[in-house]
Amino acid sequence: MLEVLIFATLNGLVTGLLLFMLASGLTLIFSMMGVLNFAHASFYMLGAYFAFSISQYLGFWAGLIFAPLIVGSVGALVERYGLRRVHKSGHVAELVFTFGLAFLVEEAIQFIWGRDTKNYQSPDILDFPLFTLFGQEFSAYRGFMIAISLGIFICLYRVLTRSRIGIIIQAAITHPNTVANLGHNVPLIFMGVFGVGTALAGLAGVIAGPVLTTFPGMAAVLGSIVFVIVVIGGLGSLAGAFIASLLIGLLQSYAIASDVGMPELLNLIGVSFESSHPLNDLWTLTLPQVAPILPFLLLVLVLIFRPTGLLGKREE
Amino acid sequence: MGMIKKLSVWIGYLIVLLALPQFFDSILAISIFNQMAIAIVFSLSYNMLLGQGGMLSFGHAVYFGLGGFLAVHALILIEFETVYFSILFIPLIGGVIGLLAAIFIGSFSTRKAGTIFAMISLGIGELIAATSLIFTDFFGGEAGISGDRTFGPLFFGVDFAQDLEIYYLAAIWVFIATVFMYLFTQTPAGRMANAVRENPERAEFIGYSARRVRFISFCASGLFAGIAGGLFALNYEFITEENLNAITSGRVLLMAYIGGLGYFIGPIIGAVILTLMNSLLSNYSELWMLYLGIMFILTVMFLPRGFAGFIMMHQTAWLRGNLKQLALPYLISGIPAFLFSMTCVAMIEMMQTEEQSFSFFGMQLATDAALTWIVAITIAVAAFYATRRSLPQLRDAWESANAIPASEKTES
Repeated sequence: MLEVLIFATLNGLVTGLLLFMLASGLTLIFSMMGVLNFAHASFYMLGAYFAFSISQYLGFWAGLIFAPLIVGSVGALVERYGLRRVHKSGHVAELVFTFGLAFLVEEAIQFIWGRDTKNYQSPDILDFPLFTLFGQEFSAYRGFMIAISLGIFICLYRVLTRSRIGIIIQAAITHPNTVANLGHNVPLIFMGVFGVGTALAGLAGVIAGPVLTTFPGMAAVLGSIVFVIVVIGGLGSLAGAFIASLLIGLLQSYAIASDVGMPELLNLIGVSFESSHPLNDLWTLTLPQVAPILPFLLLVLVLIFRPTGLLGKREE
Repeated sequence: MGMIKKLSVWIGYLIVLLALPQFFDSILAISIFNQMAIAIVFSLSYNMLLGQGGMLSFGHAVYFGLGGFLAVHALILIEFETVYFSILFIPLIGGVIGLLAAIFIGSFSTRKAGTIFAMISLGIGELIAATSLIFTDFFGGEAGISGDRTFGPLFFGVDFAQDLEIYYLAAIWVFIATVFMYLFTQTPAGRMANAVRENPERAEFIGYSARRVRFISFCASGLFAGIAGGLFALNYEFITEENLNAITSGRVLLMAYIGGLGYFIGPIIGAVILTLMNSLLSNYSELWMLYLGIMFILTVMFLPRGFAGFIMMHQTAWLRGNLKQLALPYLISGIPAFLFSMTCVAMIEMMQTEEQSFSFFGMQLATDAALTWIVAITIAVAAFYATRRSLPQLRDAWESANAIPASEKTES
């Protein structure tokens, strides 16, 4: 029981931190532009595919460095020539634009790389068990994922709160006109933040690609969950996004690892049903089965009872 | 006069709907018309939310899908003679289910519009799609469920085994649904939906609850989405999880947006265009979804009011009798622009195909010869340059066609 708990916690931590890498960029972009970037997970997918192609020629580590840079540049271009143009037509048009972008990226990836799953591998150097606990191995690559995500989180936090550019960014979020009057190029800051946010998503794709498999549906798998996180955490709140990422990561991991369900619950209250009962599916439901829908259930509940999210202040 | 004009538009619509199979009677055409009929009702119902009510939904397929699932179950019940009624009313069953689902979900989701509403709709959509895969007895899992529409009492001897018979049934339903959706826009509730979309605060100040207004639009929209789902069930006689998940929700958003949200006729245009692309283009190219994506992005960027908006842009010029002035500049810009996009399509297809020779509009292109590529790229660059050069002329012509004539200027 204990080893299940420990491994579920570690795996939940890996997923949660990975989700935070996506959610942090999405949250920053939302607080700046007021638009939820539907295509955020598409940049994550682009990161994995770019890294796959680079790793074919130059190895994993070159992909780790160059792929996020390329994704960030693509993101900056999208902001400059796409979003900025659509901005005139209002928020709905912006949201619809990013939705279309997500659609287009998925199709473009199928066109360029094909529909099949890519054999994107983690580097050999990290191909050993980091430690063995109760006879189960925890791979070094997962440890590496935790290290990278934590490193990014600390860097991001320090840059945003301690550096000059971070202070300008924070000011531009709340008072764009004042910042512009002080002589800063606010559109350039927006473009930069969009670029960095998408580059973070790309980086998440680079390190997640070998573990979560690189295939054209990988954006759809994570995309809506990242949305769930930024909404649960409170739109625009970085700390909230961090808590919500870990919460969702752990929740899903525990749900998958657990072996309880309706049969146990029914036993507990001493009720039983025939297998021919019309609601048989409901009475045999187990927790691992409902794991994929838990985040969305949480989202709907949060939006009904606390529409601002855990730490959000923004009220529309 | 206005009344007669309006009435004649509706009669024309009915005649077109009923006469279409007389002109195109192949099996393919009938199946495309059936898809169109479903798409028209579905995208019009979506426009009630986004276009008229300002509520961006990423989960509209829920009402379509639930309506469709219950409709197929109703077909099964008719088949096993548990209930006895004509399949004419199957779309109505879908509609009632869509309405009930919308009443339940709308009771909490319409509190806010904007991003919150969009997120709730996304969450509900994912929730129901994922749940449907768990309850395999009712939803049939990945394979879905199927029924048979030929049972139940005959309608004047017609058993609806043929697609053509289903088309006439669908056409009548499309007409009824369109009329009611149009009439809804004319009711106070429909008018207030526009007001709440534009400025909920002002609408509340004159005494309307924005939430209630949104709720009414939401329920009406769910009803018609369910009717579309019922039509789907009748036409295909099966339904799967894909019909209530994000793919279908996304497709209806694309349809309504490309057609034009601001106009009642917009979603009809979008439904027709997308169904045609879906069924015709997919025969020629595996990449039609890629082209659809590009078309959608370009529409959002350059035609924010969709195709209907593009047509309506010419109203001023038309009223002034200046439409003729625009014809030549349109040709001058349009021909190179068309050439550019076609060359791009040819290059994309050449990259995709694995064969050495590739047929494009009757031309045989050698895909591995450098010369083909050089020619294609040259044509593309030249056409792009020509288009750009001609744009200022087009803009001048546009402005002069829309300019206020000197005689009117002096009066005002």
